[in-house]
Amino acid sequence: MRQTDTIAEVKGAVKSFAAPEGGKVRALDGISLEILHGQFVTLLGPSGCGKTTLLRTISGFEELDAGEVRIAGVKMTNVPPHRRPVNTVFQNYALFPHLSVDDNVGYGLDVSGVARNERDRRVNEALDRVGLSGFGLRKPDQLSGGQRQRVALARAIINRPKLLLLDEPLSALDRNLRQTMQLELKSLQNDLGICFLFVTHDQEEALTMSDLVVILNKGQIEQTGTPEELYHQPATPFVAEFVGDGSLFTGRIENTSDRPVLKTNDGLCLPLGRDARVGETATLLLRPEHLRLAPDQNDESLGILEATLEQSVFHGAIRNYICRLSNGALLTVALDASDTAYKRITTGDQLRLAYPRNLPYLIKQSGNGT
Amino acid sequence: MALNSRTRSLLLLLSPASIFLGIFFLGPLIIMVIFSFLEPGLYGGVEWNFYHWNYGRILGWADGEWEEFDPVYAAIFLRSVRIAFINVIVTLLICYPTALWVNGLPSRWRTLVVFIITLPFFVSLVVRLFCWVLILRPSGFMNSILLGLGIISEPIDIIFTETAVLIGMAYVLLPFMFLPIYASVEKLDHSLVEASSDLGGGPIQTFFRITLPLTLPGVAAGAILVFIPSLGNFIVPDLLGGAKVLMIGNLVEQQFLSARNWPFGSALSVTIMLVMLTLIILYLRRLKRMEINQ
Ligand SMILES: Nc1ncnc2c1ncn2[C@@H]1O[C@H](COP(=O)(O)OP(=O)(O)OP(=O)(O)O)[C@@H](O)[C@H]1O
Ligand SMILES: [Mg+2]
Repeated sequence: MRQTDTIAEVKGAVKSFAAPEGGKVRALDGISLEILHGQFVTLLGPSGCGKTTLLRTISGFEELDAGEVRIAGVKMTNVPPHRRPVNTVFQNYALFPHLSVDDNVGYGLDVSGVARNERDRRVNEALDRVGLSGFGLRKPDQLSGGQRQRVALARAIINRPKLLLLDEPLSALDRNLRQTMQLELKSLQNDLGICFLFVTHDQEEALTMSDLVVILNKGQIEQTGTPEELYHQPATPFVAEFVGDGSLFTGRIENTSDRPVLKTNDGLCLPLGRDARVGETATLLLRPEHLRLAPDQNDESLGILEATLEQSVFHGAIRNYICRLSNGALLTVALDASDTAYKRITTGDQLRLAYPRNLPYLIKQSGNGT
Repeated sequence: MALNSRTRSLLLLLSPASIFLGIFFLGPLIIMVIFSFLEPGLYGGVEWNFYHWNYGRILGWADGEWEEFDPVYAAIFLRSVRIAFINVIVTLLICYPTALWVNGLPSRWRTLVVFIITLPFFVSLVVRLFCWVLILRPSGFMNSILLGLGIISEPIDIIFTETAVLIGMAYVLLPFMFLPIYASVEKLDHSLVEASSDLGGGPIQTFFRITLPLTLPGVAAGAILVFIPSLGNFIVPDLLGGAKVLMIGNLVEQQFLSARNWPFGSALSVTIMLVMLTLIILYLRRLKRMEINQ
């Protein structure tokens, strides 16, 4: 298979639920999505934005109101879950409590009547892959959280699905284990060459693991892109706010002494790069790493902001300085924690912050980046 | 006494129950076992002589000198066990699908349906069984409807047969099967069913590999709760079986109330208890083996 082959495709997916309190909830509101061979795609979005619903329409547990799902080119409408070439790692793992690890992992082979030898070989191979050889005879309740997670994974890959769906599989694990599992999942995906469609509401997880991230909001796609694109060129203020840290300033672009600036309604004036178009309404994204303390001498290429230091938070290599601007908005500045020059800054100090004028990203109001 | 505090507080907590059981359960039981080895008095009551012929009458060593062995008792035992067993199967086949169906209903309907299922049990048992007499007798509702629809040309004489007893028995004991099964079906994590389906298990495979094994405790409880009262029941065979379909319960009732042979009635009761105990122990062992093998 070539790298560009489409494994799964969702076109114009719409799904509403009747809300018990009356009316309808549009869980999916016209979603289109394409997953190519070997891709690791992540669905990222706030709680209730429709991530689980989208996975469930792909695995077949929910029927779409409109639109279609295709897997390996085959239309999946009216195909029941057990006939679809996708497998799922459930959020709570959904391991069969009455079956041993062996039988849990082998379940997919047992129901399709694979011969005993072949079955045992593949079960051992899958357990080996997730580092659980020798655990075959245990019951799920005799395993730790991380081990259960691995069993769920082994069980889901044993049928060699075209597409593996993972619904927040790491959310129940503690931070260290989660980071280990992130790496393991990624390398497993590389080895197997299976497409992963991974759901999370942890943006860090999404950025570290994915080839492609799909940002969902209220049943619609805000942006689809690589982690770098989302971080550096967010298409909408929503994406900018959701991915990474930073502050947003919305206003009109005007000219001041032949240089474009962004004038906000509450009176801030933020210098912009040369290519900003005067007259438009836009949103400026200032990331913590864009900002420094302003040098004493004047520099035309810098934008300057006056702020009061409210709090400083130690983060290991960096220290975050949370500052309040004249309009009351908060702004975070990340400075090198080991630099002694910053030692003398204390809470309540007036700071002059500076950023290179053309570095921060400007989001046009229409929703497309500049 | 070297009791640790946990054991002691447990004993304290249990003591009201122990006293209650001691007086109202163990006491009569001991009296019954003792009576079963005594000679029947001429006009009821007992003579205080050791007398094993009560059991001889049932089990076969009574030679006719004191008491006579009659195989009819063994036959009635067998019939009772058979009816109780069939009743377990029938109620299971009715209740399991019903429980699955109820569990699939929207939540606000579920409680209502469960309530409706238990509703008949607010009415006296005897009244309800008389209704069944009205339904089942040759000129009853069932026959008039079937005749009216032209499905049959002659009334079916079903009342006072084993079938009638089975119908009544199943009706009476239905909730004892339904409630434990429903409780375990409701507890079943639906994501397990979805996981099975996701891994390629069709509906039938999912049922036999996941749903049924995981709800087996409910089935086991239901089976015992139905089997025991079925075996000892005497009202249903009395009303719907007439004199023709006697069960052990009727036999015991007759011995105590009509024949006034308390020792023999006690011997019958002890025998039922032993049979029941053996069957249940075998059953539980079997169940445990099934669970281990999974
Ligand atoms: N069976 C259902 N009946 C009614 N509404 C539903 C149902 N399932 C989901 N919804 C609604 O659809 C919307 C999307 O739900 P979904 O479970 O897909 O969210 P999610 O993105 O997975 O959220 P989370 O991150 O919290 O898991 C929510 O508003 C939810 O209330
Ligand atoms: Mg979800």
